[in-house]
Amino acid sequence: MENFTPYTSLAGGILIGISASILMFLNGRIAGISGIVSGIFNNPAVSEKAWRIAFVAGLVGGAFAYAYFFPISIAPREHVTTALLVVGGLIVGVGTAMGGGCTSGHGICGMSRFSLRSITATMAFLTSGIVTVYVVNLLVGASA
Amino acid sequence: MKTVISALMAGIIFGVGLALSGMVDPNKVINFLDVTGNWDPSLMFVLGGGVITTTLAYRFVFAQGKPLFDDDFHLPTLLKIDSKLLFGAILFGIGWGLIGYCPGPAVASIGFNPEEPLIVVVSMLAGMLLYRKIAKV
Repeated sequence: MENFTPYTSLAGGILIGISASILMFLNGRIAGISGIVSGIFNNPAVSEKAWRIAFVAGLVGGAFAYAYFFPISIAPREHVTTALLVVGGLIVGVGTAMGGGCTSGHGICGMSRFSLRSITATMAFLTSGIVTVYVVNLLVGASA
Repeated sequence: MKTVISALMAGIIFGVGLALSGMVDPNKVINFLDVTGNWDPSLMFVLGGGVITTTLAYRFVFAQGKPLFDDDFHLPTLLKIDSKLLFGAILFGIGWGLIGYCPGPAVASIGFNPEEPLIVVVSMLAGMLLYRKIAKV
């Protein structure tokens, strides 16, 4: 547990919660990133596209501004190739479209509404994520 | 216009929250999922802080009857737990564990650390469109 950051992680989580609450209070929308992003492309209405693009612009801008003032250093990852990123990204895309949400939509917003679907989905992706990391570590360990 | 400005504002707060929380670091995400190894429980605090804040605020929000800038809350109408939900969520978790990026951090990172996230976001979009094409939804 060398890189344990309970305080900043809790504070970041609270900010995410505030954002989700504002979006529901003002616009009546769920702050689910996979849904917001995919809706830019499969929603013909300009008004639907507009708020989604604005949210994504804010998301990118907010993280950029934070990193500008408090630089974030991310250790390079040797075993993560472009091919793995493409395959992983594809699986994330298909999975979130099929399951109707991701960490934010199901994990934060859905759980906060006590949605049984979201609670089930969150348990499912946390479990499969943990199993995947376990298996990857076994394989990487075996090849090293 | 009002909904665009409020969405921009919510997006900025979400982006700052993701950056501050550490979720934009895929190593940290993978260490969170590595419960039998070098476990970093930090992201439980992200999820916990987010869920507690939103649960409390949603009670107030839904008590208003309708959002400020719209006529209705746009909530999912599906209530049944079906195989698509389960299989989709399991798939998503596999992808998440493989690369350490879920959609929010991948998109948010494009501005300050684009190398991996750009590939992830383009592939993710392709995956979403591919699913919609095949499933015709």
